[in-house]
Parts: sequence; structure tokens; C-alpha cells
Amino acid sequence: MANQRVKFTFPAALVPQPIIYNLGQRFNLVTNIRRADVREEMGWVILELEGDDQEIRQGVAWVKSVGVRVDPISGDVIEG
Amino acid sequence: MAPFVTCLRCRECAREYPVEPLNVCDFCFGPLETAYDYEAIARATSRRRIANGPLTIWRYRDLLPVDAENAIDIHAGFTPLIKANNLGRVLGLDNLYLKNDSVNPSFSFKDRVVSVAATKALEFGFDTLSCASTGNLACAVGAHAARAGMRSVVFMPADLEAGKIIGAAIYGSTLVAVQGGYDEVNRLCSEIADSYRWAFVNINMRPFYAEGSKTLGLEVAEQLGWRFPDHAIVPVASGALLSKIWKGFNEMVSVGLMEGPVPTRMHAAQARGCSPVVDAFNAGEEMVMPVRPNSVAKSLAIGNPADGIYAIRAMTSSGGGAHGVHEEEVAQGMKLLAETEGIFTETAGGVVISALKGLTERGAIGRDELTVAYITGNGLKTQEVVGDVVHPLAIRPNMREFEEALHGLSPSAR
Repeated sequence: MANQRVKFTFPAALVPQPIIYNLGQRFNLVTNIRRADVREEMGWVILELEGDDQEIRQGVAWVKSVGVRVDPISGDVIEG
Repeated sequence: MAPFVTCLRCRECAREYPVEPLNVCDFCFGPLETAYDYEAIARATSRRRIANGPLTIWRYRDLLPVDAENAIDIHAGFTPLIKANNLGRVLGLDNLYLKNDSVNPSFSFKDRVVSVAATKALEFGFDTLSCASTGNLACAVGAHAARAGMRSVVFMPADLEAGKIIGAAIYGSTLVAVQGGYDEVNRLCSEIADSYRWAFVNINMRPFYAEGSKTLGLEVAEQLGWRFPDHAIVPVASGALLSKIWKGFNEMVSVGLMEGPVPTRMHAAQARGCSPVVDAFNAGEEMVMPVRPNSVAKSLAIGNPADGIYAIRAMTSSGGGAHGVHEEEVAQGMKLLAETEGIFTETAGGVVISALKGLTERGAIGRDELTVAYITGNGLKTQEVVGDVVHPLAIRPNMREFEEALHGLSPSAR
């Protein structure tokens, strides 16, 4: 089992979609939300994903493919 | 040990943690920050004690989260604060100052933060100092690791121009050129930071690293004769610099060095090719929508800024503002600063000068108000942006051709 901490940022069109539920169901992942701010026009959710390493990777790729931005929880670490 | 640090504290849920190489709260995944015993600092520190300290950031040792006796010190800080009469005349500002941090040892303000991070890394027993960088940070890490006798490992995108990283390579850093885009480098470095016992200055050392930026607030207030400016114009990348300058000002009040409340209005400067903090602030939002950077101001190109929300809170609570400059205004700002004050800054400084101009034009800064613009990096690092300034008068070696060429110039250039 592996886990990964991520930040999902949702554009307005995806805010009403049950993306985190589907992520858990489709990739057999435990999704554990720690902080979030979701509004009509956009939203972000910081959560931990727990499950098989490969399924976490596939699940994150799927979330990206539907239009959610996925970032490490520390923000961008590449600095100028 | 740092005598006045009490713990690490989550900036979101306020849970406390021991002083260890941690940067994220295990409960809410919020960022951790160093917390201090301000009453104890107030008893120990004084303007005189600071004035008698070294001419570096380490004169503010009482407000830094490390044991300053063992500081990794290449003389970062105490850079010039210059009254900018010429630039002020152009912009219509009678009380303008420039904090010229481009003259730090590795030519950017990153020496301040890395000096603190390297010192803490040695305290924790790390032997490797690391970062992911496209320029200034890599140079500061390389320089401080060399001074500390530590190994340094710098990650960078594989397509980065070699010249950007020479300033790190010269110190003997191991350079890792990662194929793939910005996002991949970002994700890989986060994973490596979790897997290796290395001191990543802006990941597991971040609560200590970021505190180094406070010195840009403390220093300006001291150099103004123990006075806060009315306005501070700060370049924003991750947002840590702006929020920590604000923190530094407020800590001076907390420890009795200054009278409060802090009057300074904090203003953010970004280029429009990467302006998530400016855009959120101007939309009245705290929530920063990440963007994909596409800006000539590479040193500010952080699309998902870790401290963006804290920068916005500082701007809001100080009554400050934000200005996004057009990409073509970046080089214009660099040229204006060089031509008026003799300071050659990199693109981030160009952003600051053009944002200062924009804020002044829209009436956010009054003519008589004491204003400080932060110039954080050296122009030699981004010379390609202003290559069009070079057009020499080509002559053969005789006086006649010289004088003809001279008379061909506009009167102001003769």
C-alpha cells in the first residue's frame, strides 16, 4: 500500500461533479480529505490517497485527464 | 539551538510540533511556521544590540530560528538602501527608496533564506543541501553548501539554458537535469524530498528557510532610521517574501523595537504571464487559482504559489495593493532603473519598477509617501532580456568618423 498527498483544483465546470467519489470507486483508493474550499466558481481540495501504488498513479492521471489540476501539497517547489 | 524558538506551528489549524525538519501539518496538511517567545526576545534584544551586530542578516539573530553562533555566513544581507531621486523624479515620487538586494554574495535575495536554511540543516545533522531551481536559488544553495562543507544537489528542467545554472555549478554542486516539463520536475522533487534524508531548502527546511526573508523588512526599517515605510513594493513568486517582510515588520512591534501598528501598505508585483496572486487579490479573492507560467520573468514564474494566500492576507490587512505588469514592461522597468539609478536588475526588478510606476499612476502611492521598492536580483543573470540596448557606434579609428557618429546621436545621448 502507498499513499500520496495531493491538492486538486477544480474549474467551475467540474465543481458539481463527484470526481473524488469516482476516483475512489474506479481505482479502489481511500480518499481522505483534510482541507478544502469549494465554491461555485472554483474549488480546491487537499487530500490523501491511499491504495496500490500503480492505481494511485492511474487515478491521478485520470483526474488530470478530466480537467482537474493536480499539485503536490507543498505548492511549486521549483524556484527561480 | 535557537534560544527563542518555541515550536513549529501550523498556519491553518495552529497545531504545534517539535522543532524538526518538518514542513506540513500531519492533521490538516497545512504549512508549518516557526513560533517564537516574543516576550523573551523583547527582554534580550534592543536597537543597540542590533546596531552592534555584524553587517549581515545575522545582526537580527534574535529573530531567526537558528543558532547564530554557527551560522553559515557568506555575508548575506545589509545591502544598500538607496534614495532614488532620479527615478522618483520620473515617476512623481519625492520619497522613493530602493532596497538593492542584487548585491548579495550570489547576487540575489536568496542568500538570506539559504543562509538560514543551511545553518539549520547543519544543526539537524544533514550532509546534503538541495533544491529545485531555474536560477537564483540554485546559486545560493551552491554557495552556502560550499561554505558549510556540505554536498549540494540541484534539480533543474533539462531544457534550462546552461548559463542560468553556471552560478551553481561553479561551487561544485551536483546538477540533475530532469527531462520533462515544469510539473514533472516539481512532482519528482517532492517525491525525492520524502524519500531521501537531504535538506531541501524550500521543502523540509521551509519553515526555517522562509524566515530569512524577514530580514528584508527588519533591515529596511533600521536603515530608514527605525521607521517603517508607508509603502513596500515586493516581487511575488511563492508569496513567502511579501508575507515574511510583513511578518518582520510586525515582529519588530511584538518585541518592542518599534511602535505599532505597522503603517506599511504591502503591494505585490507580478508579470501578467504568471500573476495568480495579483489576479486573486484584484478579484477580491483569497483563493489563488494556479496557472501555467509563461513569463519572461522566470524568477517569479511560480504558477502554484505555496504562500500565495498568506501574501494576499498581508496585502489585505495592510491596506496594500497589487499590480500585474505587461510582459513588455518587464524590460522597460529594467532599463528605466538602470538609466536613472545605475542599478542593473534582473527581470523581477523590472517587474517591481513597472509595478511601482503602475501603482503610482493609478494613485495608490502619494507623491510624498515614503516608498520602498525591493530589487531582489542582479541583471547579469537575465541579460538576454535587454540585449536590444546594445547598438554601438561603429567607426574606423579616426576623429572625423567619431565626431560624425557623435553628431548623429540625439542631443540627449551626446
